[in-house]
Amino acid sequence: MAFRFIPDTTSIPFMKTRLPCLAASVVMGVLSILLVAFNGLNFGIEFQGGTLIEVRTEQPPDLGEMRSSLSGLGLGEVALQEFGGPNDILIRVGHQEGGEVEQQAAVERVRESLSGSYGGVEFRRVEVIGPKVSGELLQDGLYAVLFSLIAVSIYIWLRFEWQFGVGAVAALLHDVLLTLGLFSLLQLQFDLSTLAAILTIVGYSLNDTVVIFDRVRENLRRYRAKSLSDVLDLSVNQTLARTIVTGLTTFLSLSALFIFGPEVIRGFTFAMLWGVIIGTYSTIFISSPVLLYLNVRPEAAPADKDKGAGAVPAKANAKGA
Amino acid sequence: MLNFPPWKIAAILGVCLLGLIMSVPNLFSRETVESWPGFLPRQQINLGLDLQGGSHLLLEVDSAAVVRDRLESLVDEVRAALRGDGQTIGYRNLGVQGEQVVFDLRDAADRDRVSTALAALNTDLTQRQFDIEIGDNGRVTVGMTDSARQQRISQAVDQSLEIVRRRIDEVGTREPTIQRQGADRILVQVPGERDPNSIKRLLGQTAALSFHLLDMNTSVADAQRGALPPGSELMAAYNPQPGQPAEYVVRKRVEVAGENLVDAQPTFQQNEAVVNFRFDSIGARRFGDVTQQNVNQALAIVLDNKVISAPRINEPILGGSGVISGSFTVESANELAVLLRAGALPAPLTVVEERSVGPDLGADSIAAGEVASVVGFVLVAVFMFVYYGPRFGGAACVALVVNLVLILGVLSLLGATLTLPGIAGIVLTIGMAVDSNVLIFERIRDEVQSGKTPLAALDSGFREAMRTIVDANLTTLIAALILFYFGTGPIRGFAVTTGVGVVTTMFTAVTFTRMLLAVWYRRTRPAALPV
Repeated sequence: MAFRFIPDTTSIPFMKTRLPCLAASVVMGVLSILLVAFNGLNFGIEFQGGTLIEVRTEQPPDLGEMRSSLSGLGLGEVALQEFGGPNDILIRVGHQEGGEVEQQAAVERVRESLSGSYGGVEFRRVEVIGPKVSGELLQDGLYAVLFSLIAVSIYIWLRFEWQFGVGAVAALLHDVLLTLGLFSLLQLQFDLSTLAAILTIVGYSLNDTVVIFDRVRENLRRYRAKSLSDVLDLSVNQTLARTIVTGLTTFLSLSALFIFGPEVIRGFTFAMLWGVIIGTYSTIFISSPVLLYLNVRPEAAPADKDKGAGAVPAKANAKGA
Repeated sequence: MLNFPPWKIAAILGVCLLGLIMSVPNLFSRETVESWPGFLPRQQINLGLDLQGGSHLLLEVDSAAVVRDRLESLVDEVRAALRGDGQTIGYRNLGVQGEQVVFDLRDAADRDRVSTALAALNTDLTQRQFDIEIGDNGRVTVGMTDSARQQRISQAVDQSLEIVRRRIDEVGTREPTIQRQGADRILVQVPGERDPNSIKRLLGQTAALSFHLLDMNTSVADAQRGALPPGSELMAAYNPQPGQPAEYVVRKRVEVAGENLVDAQPTFQQNEAVVNFRFDSIGARRFGDVTQQNVNQALAIVLDNKVISAPRINEPILGGSGVISGSFTVESANELAVLLRAGALPAPLTVVEERSVGPDLGADSIAAGEVASVVGFVLVAVFMFVYYGPRFGGAACVALVVNLVLILGVLSLLGATLTLPGIAGIVLTIGMAVDSNVLIFERIRDEVQSGKTPLAALDSGFREAMRTIVDANLTTLIAALILFYFGTGPIRGFAVTTGVGVVTTMFTAVTFTRMLLAVWYRRTRPAALPV
């Protein structure tokens, strides 16, 4: 009765494709670094300070007119953007020279200007981040990403062998880099919630990686005669259905959030949608091949003496073939 | 492993029922829940400011100003110490330089006497307050020790916190959060506030009130040219009005200070909004003396170094109360009265972060979040049902519902705050929660294919998948914990729902689903598993 569109047993030779995939990932990683270095990230006001005002007007406003009247306030660069409906406008005012007081003064001028020219304008959201706080937020955010990477690799290292830890971290760095690269390429706003999304991607990708690693570790104990490359292929194939199903369900619910959810967290959701794709890719094509290069063979020496383990491979041979 | 004695089933269902009961209050309005009898649960999920609307203000106490104030009063203390005991020590150029009080000795031979005299400044026995250095050239510097500085700033923050609380309470805002944050910051969160500007105005003033005599001998024009007598200064008007002076020449000496005020109320006098104030006994006596000795002079009422008004003293005011008038509206008179009642801040506060969300936007966000959750849930449930069939897919769907109910229940129980990213966390959990079920089901299929009986396949499927589930979920939990620790506001909300989601997921996927399938298996004893 169940409708299975993923074949029960696949035997895709993933390890054969490891070179082109690793090469492609290295190229994309380097491109991401270059993009971030030269194109930069479009930091939101949380990280560079400034003001964000979301307004709703009664009539759809003339954006050009609004832009020129706000630009005339002498507040430097003022960016306007339709946000959701045609009556909803997002106004971004850059960080003002001076201290905290100048930021507040800028909001006041925008408020006065808009209230004067648009009757019944509703200020739906006002965010002002001073220069001091934005620096701290960026620093704390970077620490959060760094510490979570360290914490999860310690966990993997404790639970598995060190090679698995390296494989997982390689995949995580890959995911983080490529996400930064995409954000730089599309100049999507990069703020605290983007950083939270990156941490979630780290968690998700790791979740995926751990599932495959668990199977690899198990299969390494079962099939001692098989080559490492075969064991890795077998493990990825055995968990492939699960990897795809979980990726799909997560993608489905995030799509619902992306399409129907509030506009405010669209960037956050977008980053996570991308993360599900890239995380699944890196699990299969990055973290597992790294194990091959590091030549992982856990507990080889002591287990060889243990003759009692012989019963286990016999049971599972049918599936492994 | 599939052995579920009745007590175990009862316990599992009990947990689910408890989750359901805890989450029920969220379906009703706060007012309805308040009126429930005492034995029913009343804990509701708190909505974050981004969902219910409100203002979040992070204020910073101007610690430089705190230190400057302390140093300025230290100048007076040093002067007094040098004149003490009737034997004056000669000095010149006494003043504040940078973060120290500095002066030069007239006679370098006074070094020993100076160090004895200044040692008396260190009255605090538990810790040294001042570092005193006497240079060879007769230059003496007195600086605050680091611990004294920190203590001073900390006191100022505590005091500010109290004043901020009083000011906000005075305007009757409901359920504000006022917390100290870090060394020199105060977080103010006011839910449901439509006009964050009124709060900012209320907190943006130090509100140091003082009464000074006007310098009647120097004209404003002279003062503007710089011809100011030493005891006077030029001050701007607080609320400049056409037809009235924009600046005043005021004597620096404070005749009566605002700290002697005990009450202030807005009222009307001759059809004009004014603020009526009352002094304590000390203030009343001083005010009486000043007005008695200076009839026909003008008394400047000064707020934060700006002159509100400078009425002429027609007769001595002995009752200890008076009126401040100065072109007020009803609103501004009320605001001033609130500020005066609450007292002056020890140092100015600046807004370093502001996040205000209108209640309408919050309501829109909740609505959009609800739609996204329902759509996400339906999509995932339909997928699981189609992919794993009615038995196993159905079990996963039921587990998903139980999971959501448990998340809501735990969030209510913890009194956690649900934010917009928190809703995103729930939607993400919906997608990822089935992962554990998928792991188990795929494992069971593997076991079936390797030739195991249904019972053995079910049994070892759950057992084998368990390890992977723990590993996979623990890593997500670690990420959520770190996000919680480093995150602020809304991001924390995301960490909370994701973290809670991971824990409830492990319960529903491993224990609850296993129970469902065990009960189903015992009843039907199928020859093959429909997975």
